Amino acid sequence: MSPWRTVFQREFKAYFATPLAAVFLVVFLFLAGILTFAMGGFFERGQADLRSLFQFVPWLFLFLAPSLSMRLWAEERRLGTIEILTTLPIPLSHAVWGKFLAAWLFSLLALALTMPLWVTVSWLGDPDHGAIVAGYVASAMVSGIFLAIGGCVSATTKNQVIAFVVTVVVCFLAMLSGFPLVLDFFRGWLAAGAVDAIASVSVLSHFNSLMRGVVELRDIVYFASAICGLLIATHFMIDWRKSA
Amino acid sequence: MGELIHADNLHKSFGAIRAVNGVTFRVNAGEVVGFLGPNGAGKTTTMRMLTGFLEPTHGDVVMNQLLLREDPIGARRSFGYLPEGAPAYPDMTVREYLMFIARARGIPSKEIAARIADVVMRIHLRVVVDQVIETLSKGFKRRVGIAQAIIHDPPILIMDEPTDGLDPNQKHEVRELIRTMGSTKAIVLSTHILEEVEAVCTRAVVIAAGRVVFDGTPAEFDRLAPASITRNRMDYAFRAMTSQASEVAS
Repeated sequence: MSPWRTVFQREFKAYFATPLAAVFLVVFLFLAGILTFAMGGFFERGQADLRSLFQFVPWLFLFLAPSLSMRLWAEERRLGTIEILTTLPIPLSHAVWGKFLAAWLFSLLALALTMPLWVTVSWLGDPDHGAIVAGYVASAMVSGIFLAIGGCVSATTKNQVIAFVVTVVVCFLAMLSGFPLVLDFFRGWLAAGAVDAIASVSVLSHFNSLMRGVVELRDIVYFASAICGLLIATHFMIDWRKSA
Repeated sequence: MGELIHADNLHKSFGAIRAVNGVTFRVNAGEVVGFLGPNGAGKTTTMRMLTGFLEPTHGDVVMNQLLLREDPIGARRSFGYLPEGAPAYPDMTVREYLMFIARARGIPSKEIAARIADVVMRIHLRVVVDQVIETLSKGFKRRVGIAQAIIHDPPILIMDEPTDGLDPNQKHEVRELIRTMGSTKAIVLSTHILEEVEAVCTRAVVIAAGRVVFDGTPAEFDRLAPASITRNRMDYAFRAMTSQASEVAS
């Protein structure tokens, strides 16, 4: 078995070894339901689509993804098992990818459990299935990027609470960096090019562009490169702690 | 088989603190080296550098003829490591944990069950093998740590306080195991307990204030105490050696 799969399997099972999996799934579905029906006006809108679900997904993951990612490395450090993991004959990159993919697959499981809504709209009307697929792809990407941020933050500390709080803040900034409020703040003291760069890394704008139903290469490249970049940063962070 | 471990002039600084300051020693197959020193002398830091968990600020480690810096994966294949405190994933059962380690160590799937059965028998883990690690006593946790270190039958073993927290019977068993394995492997174990050196080690390396202050056989160690001392001679020699070094360092 490839080393990353060994790490991936252990990590994925670990979610189910504690009540974390059950709590996460219940809270996620409960909040997704409330937001979709009460705030999103699922029925009132009179449209056969899942916009009322997808528009809240980034906000849900903003708080729930860090609860999955906070333990990835911080717990290894607290328990001391990082000393075992990093001295096993497996490349560190495999450990980083294995852990990330386990957390991501778990979040995708939560997303998949919202699919009865898809069945419901298909039964009630005639939805644009392409748009719904695009919505799920966008949601998966957002959870991926937030978990990659969370993993990177988790690699810097042994305190899971710190990992959680810092991850929420960083994800929030990454999400809103395209918004006028944030951009105006930077505009005062940064060059225009730098402000544009900040705007272009906004998670929310890429999410919205994907959700519009057009899966554009630009957005996929954005999410894929951000996730890869963050995983490489995680790798460096762990390596750096070795020589610090 | 000849030399399996070579720690070459290892230094490690944490900020302004020099934890290890030029440690050099070699270990051959068939040797059990007791790594001694007062608390804070740099034992754990040195072991962490031997296994690559920490990178030396200066110096090199050669494991099984492989330079750790150049071929970390190859070098890691050749040793088993019991870190300080014998950490393990608390949510896994002993069997699941050993299976994870065996897979990560690249043991072929067909052999894994047999390997687990073998270590479980040797380390006397049969009664707890399907128990969650979290619920185990300190002694069993330590034994799980030893089991994961030897599951792949490595030529080199690095063990940080393998008998800490064990009762006298368990200590005896683990020492017997180490002695048996020591005939073919290169073993480094750190300990506070000087009788352990006499009981299992073929050589003692004493470090104090980050430096090697003694490297020799237990008999030579014993001879360092003056003839007038009749009881706890090793204790006496240890105190004399380590307090001197600490004074020089400070």
